[in-house]
Amino acid sequence: MQSFARVLEQLAFTPSRNGKIAHLVEAFRSMPDPERGYALAAFTGDLALRNVTPSLLRGLVAEETDAELFRLSYEFVGDLAETVALIWPHSGTVADMPLTDAVEELAATAKAELPALIARRLTHMTPSQRYAYLKLATGGLRVGVSAQLARTALARFGGVEVTEIEELWHGLSPPYLPLFAWLEGGEKPVSLAAAPFRPVMLSTATNLDDLAEFAPADFTAEWKWDGIRVQAVNDSGTRRLYSRTGEDISRSFPDVIGALNFEGTLDGELLVKRGGGIAPFGDLQKRLGRKKPGKAILASHPAAFRAYDLLFWNGEDWRTRPLVQRQTRLRDVVAELSDPRIDLSPALAFASWQELAELRANPPESVVEGVMIKRRGSAYVAGRKRGNWFKWKHDPMLVDAVMLYAQRGHGKRSGYYSDFTFGVWQGNHLVPVGKAYFGFTDAELKELDRFVRNNTTDRFGPVRAVKPELVLEVAFEGLNQSSRHKSGLAMRFPRINRIRTDKPASEAGTLDELKQLL
Amino acid sequence: MTASRPPEQLLHPRPEGLYCPAGDFFIDPVRPVPRAMITHGHADHARAGHGTVWASPQTLDIMAIRYGEAFCDTRIPVEGQTEAGGIRVAFTPAGHVLGSCQITVDDGSTAITVSGDYARADNPACAPFQLAPCDIFVTEATFGLPVFNHPAPLSEIEKLLRSVAAQPDRCHLVGAYALGKAQRVIALLRQAGWEQPIYIHGALQRLCDYHIEQGIDLGDLRPATTGDGKAAFKGQIILGPPSAFAATWAQRFPDPVICFASGWMQVRARARQRGVELPLILSDHADWQDLTRTIQELAPQQVWVTHGREDALVRWCELNQIAARPLRLVGYEEEAD
Ligand SMILES: [Zn+2]
Ligand SMILES: [Zn+2]
Repeated sequence: MQSFARVLEQLAFTPSRNGKIAHLVEAFRSMPDPERGYALAAFTGDLALRNVTPSLLRGLVAEETDAELFRLSYEFVGDLAETVALIWPHSGTVADMPLTDAVEELAATAKAELPALIARRLTHMTPSQRYAYLKLATGGLRVGVSAQLARTALARFGGVEVTEIEELWHGLSPPYLPLFAWLEGGEKPVSLAAAPFRPVMLSTATNLDDLAEFAPADFTAEWKWDGIRVQAVNDSGTRRLYSRTGEDISRSFPDVIGALNFEGTLDGELLVKRGGGIAPFGDLQKRLGRKKPGKAILASHPAAFRAYDLLFWNGEDWRTRPLVQRQTRLRDVVAELSDPRIDLSPALAFASWQELAELRANPPESVVEGVMIKRRGSAYVAGRKRGNWFKWKHDPMLVDAVMLYAQRGHGKRSGYYSDFTFGVWQGNHLVPVGKAYFGFTDAELKELDRFVRNNTTDRFGPVRAVKPELVLEVAFEGLNQSSRHKSGLAMRFPRINRIRTDKPASEAGTLDELKQLL
Repeated sequence: MTASRPPEQLLHPRPEGLYCPAGDFFIDPVRPVPRAMITHGHADHARAGHGTVWASPQTLDIMAIRYGEAFCDTRIPVEGQTEAGGIRVAFTPAGHVLGSCQITVDDGSTAITVSGDYARADNPACAPFQLAPCDIFVTEATFGLPVFNHPAPLSEIEKLLRSVAAQPDRCHLVGAYALGKAQRVIALLRQAGWEQPIYIHGALQRLCDYHIEQGIDLGDLRPATTGDGKAAFKGQIILGPPSAFAATWAQRFPDPVICFASGWMQVRARARQRGVELPLILSDHADWQDLTRTIQELAPQQVWVTHGREDALVRWCELNQIAARPLRLVGYEEEAD
C-alpha cells in the first residue's frame, strides 16, 4: 500500500500532464506485478469495487470517534476519506499490505463484513496508506488520470505507439499481466475482445499556402462536422461505439447502438440531429454527460451517426485499400441500411483550392467547423501522419476582452502569472467569459506578468484581481450556451491572440456581440 | 487555589492581550503597552513599540533583528524565574522556535501557565519543551483537531530528498517561514545527510546567521542569486519565505518543484490551494496527540484555550471531565506555520 499511496500523492499534487506521465512511468517501472496493474486500474477507474460507500465510512467512524469532533474535523478537511484516514484513532504496528491483497480481499468480502475488515486494516496503516486504501475502496481517486493519459504513459514506458495500446485496450482487464509482459519486451498480446476498437487515422492542420504544393485532383473533400469523432462497430452481434481515443461510450448512446444493423466497423461523426438539421455542439454535450439517458432526453436530443469511412466490412479488413474504394463501398452500405440515424458525409465538388476556399467560407450549416481534405489513394493508417488527411478549419472567432484575474502558473511558468480570466461588457459591468493560458510568446508572458504585478487590486491565494484596463484579443473555436458560467456562455479553446495595448478597455467587446456568434 | 478569588483576577483577556493586573503587564499583547512579557519572536506574539519587555535573551535578540535595536524602551532578559510587581513569573522552554518560552505567572495561591506556541517534536533548532506545572493551563490550539497528527520530521525530509534524487533536472523550492521553520528544515536536512550547499532567499539570511551564532549547525548556506545562471540550481534545494513564491524572485529558477514545509500541509486541499507540488508536513506546533497529552500530564484544574481551533479542544476536555473554556483572544490570525 505504501508505494501505491506514494504514487497517488505524487499524481494528486503534480499539476502538469507531463509530470503525471513521468510519475506513472516511474510507477510502472518500480512496482511489481500484479500490483502495478491494480494501481493502473485504480487510477483509471476500472477497478470495480462497488461495495464501499460513503455511508459505510460514516458509520465506521461514528463508532470510533466523538460525533462533534468528527464534524469539526470533516468541516475543516472537506473530504470524507481523508478525514477518516487522518482521524482514525487506533494504530497498531504498520504492516505494508500489498495492494494486490487489499484489492482481492475487498472484492471477496461480503458487504456485511466490510466495516469490520476495513476497521482492522486501517488500524495497521499510516495515515497516507489509510487514505490510499479508502480511496481505492470507494473509487473516485480524482488524481487527474484519464484512461488516455494512462495509455500514453504505458506507451512511453514500453516504447510503443499509443495506438497499439488503444487497439488492445478493450480486450484487457486488471491486472493487465500480458500487457506489462509485452511492454517489457515479451510477446505482444492478441486482442481477443469482441468488437475491438481500431486506432483512428488523424489529420493535420493546413491552410491555403500549404495546400498549394498538392494537386486538387488527388484529393476529396467533405465538411468538418462539429460533433465528436466516433467508431461504430458491430462484430457478430457485439455492438460498440468508441470515442476517437477508444473510450467505450456505447451506454450513453443506445439510440445509435440500435442503428448498427450491420457487420463491420465504420468511422464517422456523432451528432445530435433534429428535424433533418444538426443541433449545436452543446446539445451533443448534454448527451455525452448522461451515462444512462432517459426517454425524455433520447426524444429531445436524438443522436445520429454521420459516416465517412469504412474499416471492416463482413469480416474483411478494408484499411489497406485506397480511400476512394472505401468511400464507394460506404455509399452503398449507407444506402442499403436506409436508416435515418445513419447517413453519409457528402463529398464536396471542387476543381481548385480556391474553389474549396469559397465553399469553406460559406458553409451550409453553422455546425460546420471547416473542411476535411483526404488523399484519394490513401490507406487508413492509425495516427497522425502528414500528407494524407488535412483539416482546414474556420478562422478562429475573435473578441476583444478585458483581463480581470490572473493566476500563477507552475513548472516552467513558476513565479509568472500565466492563467488569465477575461471579460466583456454587459452594460457598465465586465462579466467574465473565459480563461486562457496559452497563445502568447515568452516575451508577451513577461509583459502580461508585469501588468498583473503592477495593477493588482486584490489577492485570493494564487489568484490576483487586476485593474480592468488591459485589452486582450482572444481567439476561440466556438461558443456554447452554458448554465455553469455566469455569462451563460462557454468558449472552446480560447487563447490570447494579441495584447491590445493600443485599445482602451471601454472599447472592448460586449456580451451581446458575443451572443450573436452563438 | 482558594475558592474566594477567581483566577481571572490574576490573568484575564483584554483587547490588548492577556493582562495581569497585580504585576501590571500583558503577555504577548497585540498592540503597544507599557509592560509586556513575550513568549517568542513570531510577529503576532512579539510586536514592536512596547515600553518594557521581558523575554528570553534569544527572543530579545530576535526582536532586535526584526524590528531594529529601538523596538522597545527597556529590555529585561529572563532566564528561568523573575518577578514583576510581586508576581512570580517563570519562563520555561516551549520547543517552538529558538528562544520560545511558556510563561507561568504565580501569585502564591494560583499558578497560570501560558503556553504561547509550543511543540514537543524533536527540533534541532531550539531547546526542547518542558512541562510548566500550573493550576490553569492556557493552551494554544493551532492544530487542535484530531486530524492533525504530524508525522516524524525526518520522514518528511526524506520525502524531499527522494524527490530531489528522482528529478535531478529540476530544483526544489521550499517555502518555510523565516523564523524557526527555515532553520529547522536546514538543520533536519543536515541531520539527514544532505551536505551540499543550501541556497536561501535574502529574507532568511540574518535569522540564519543568528542561529549559527547561537551554535546551531546549518552547514554551507549560500544566497540564492543568479550569478551562475539558471542551470546552476538544477538538483539543488532552495529555501525562501512563502511570500517570495508570488514574487518575481521565483522566476529565476529552472522548472522548480514548489514545496511548502508546514503543518497545514497535512490537509490536501490546503496544499492544492497554495499550488504546492510537494507538501512537507513539518510543524512547529503541537499536534492533537501532543496538545491532549500535555493537558493530561499537567492535569490542571482548568484549561483555557486560545488561538486556533478552540471548539474541538474544549470539546475534548469536556469528554475527559476537564474544566475548559475558550478565551477568544483577538488579533491572532490563523497561525502561519
Ligand atoms: Zn509562533
Ligand atoms: Zn502563534
